[in-house]
Amino acid sequence: MVEDRTLAGRLFGIVNFALLALIAIVMMLPFIHVVAGSFTTSAEMAVKKFVLIPTDWSIDAYKFIFSTNTIFRSMAVSVGITVVGTLFSMLISSMMAYGLARRDLDGRQVFMFLVVFTMLFNGGLIPTFLVVKELGLIDNYAALILPISINAFNLIILKNFFQNIPEGLEESAKIDGCNDFGILFRIVLPLSMPVIATISLFYAVTYWNTYLNAIMYLNESKMWPIQVLLRQIVVLASGLDYSSDLDSAVPPPDQAVKMAVIVVATLPILLVYPFLQKHFAKGALLGSVKG
Amino acid sequence: MQQAIARPEPELRSESRLSRRLVRNKWLYLMILPGLLYFVIFKYLPMYGLIIAFKDYKPFAGINGSEWVGFKHFDRLFTESDFGTILTNTLVLFGLNLVFFFPIPIILSLMLNEVRLTFFKRIFQTIIYLPHFMSWVIIVSIGYVMLTMDGGIINEFIASLGFEKINFLLSPEWFRPTYIIQVIWREAGWGTIIYLAAIAAIDPQLYEAARMDGAGRLRQIWHITLPAIRSVIIVLLILKIGDVLELGFEHVYLLLNSMNRDVAEIIDTYVYTAGLRQGQFSYSTAVGFFKSLVGLVMVVIANRLAKKMGEEGVY
Repeated sequence: MVEDRTLAGRLFGIVNFALLALIAIVMMLPFIHVVAGSFTTSAEMAVKKFVLIPTDWSIDAYKFIFSTNTIFRSMAVSVGITVVGTLFSMLISSMMAYGLARRDLDGRQVFMFLVVFTMLFNGGLIPTFLVVKELGLIDNYAALILPISINAFNLIILKNFFQNIPEGLEESAKIDGCNDFGILFRIVLPLSMPVIATISLFYAVTYWNTYLNAIMYLNESKMWPIQVLLRQIVVLASGLDYSSDLDSAVPPPDQAVKMAVIVVATLPILLVYPFLQKHFAKGALLGSVKG
Repeated sequence: MQQAIARPEPELRSESRLSRRLVRNKWLYLMILPGLLYFVIFKYLPMYGLIIAFKDYKPFAGINGSEWVGFKHFDRLFTESDFGTILTNTLVLFGLNLVFFFPIPIILSLMLNEVRLTFFKRIFQTIIYLPHFMSWVIIVSIGYVMLTMDGGIINEFIASLGFEKINFLLSPEWFRPTYIIQVIWREAGWGTIIYLAAIAAIDPQLYEAARMDGAGRLRQIWHITLPAIRSVIIVLLILKIGDVLELGFEHVYLLLNSMNRDVAEIIDTYVYTAGLRQGQFSYSTAVGFFKSLVGLVMVVIANRLAKKMGEEGVY
């Protein structure tokens, strides 16, 4: 864009920038507060003096939450379903998206309609629950993956991207003797890395954030992913040592501990996020909503 | 007659038979098979399961074995004294979403677009996208530790000014503000992505021409940028209206407690409680069915309206 050198223009730019900066800071404050709080001592929390920077650094809260293996188990569960879920989702989503992207597929329009329709109407909570139950997936980790294996929105983004790949490339691959699987895995996917990265992130975040499906389908508290545990600790204040339900000697978690658990539950996302952030604007939009 | 040549003759689509094409594309069909199975099993089978809204579902009898009761559950739904409250709650939250949340990504994207230095623009974007990736559990938990009367920073601040602490988490009056602020915090940044994409497609020459005509930046935004994203706004508005009864079940469920139930109970949480907690499968399915149906009708209407106005619809 051409620079606007009038006084009014520059003033506008400054005010605009300042406002955005303010908004960005305000958005970050809660996180900073929680991270800082997780590093304070119980004593300081009791006095409640700090806002953003604790005067007395300590990792007591973290020592406490890692003293039992509750959190480890929960994290392991979450990591497991995220990794397996994302790989599985990406596999069947990419295959289906590629198949639907090919213009020479008969019935393509019907299939697309079936997919899009599910975005406008669905069976609802109870019928879906009953289906999962009938499949015998209650108390099975597969219940956290299978019912959400494909997100229609993601599928459409992938399909649109694949459609934009020049047919010439596919043609020459066919002449070289590649079958459709070969074309997908050797040519199309390598060319689609930005969108693959983006959609993988979307799926991964969905799996990592699993809460509702976990409380619906998993009755065994040992199987809980991290979000469910987080809720237990922070809001329901149920204590970390669930293996001894009758142990009333375990004190309810205090603020610092709760904040530490929040940090732990958020950490993986925070770590992965910067690497993939640059792909978003491009990857997500090359699909575009209206597809 | 076709001539025999060294290469297999290219098969023109309109000329080759369907059966031949199906065989030739067998791998493609194999590829879409798992995905199709997913949709059939986890999306369409539950739709068939909606039929229990018209039956008196008993788990041991299964779907087909349960007795048919017609519209009994729907009658109950409309005469149930709570339903008015629940519907109101749902619509109020929807209204809050529409009025307070919907414009914000638009405004933010306009503001971001006006930032000249790409470096800062990127930083702002990175920051405002982040909350979207936090689960509702995390958002609500952060809200919890900040708003609690027992050491939460907001209340400590209020107390230090000499006022009485406010019970944000339990009192009904604070449920809706808490809800909408959390929604804005989480989704406003993410919502800018699609608007920014549309804005990026605007021809820079339009701005140049406007500048030569003496238009200041605000006028440029009003006359160039906004009209360019009009289609996107309308499409998203349609989708949002289709979601009228649909809102963020997980978020509300996490904020719901026995004290604010009067304002916080929405259709989805009601379905969950009645269905999975109290085992009223058929009744809660009827409620959910009603909700989904309304959503579908709304989307169809809104889409038709949009097309009448000359915009592209969602489908």
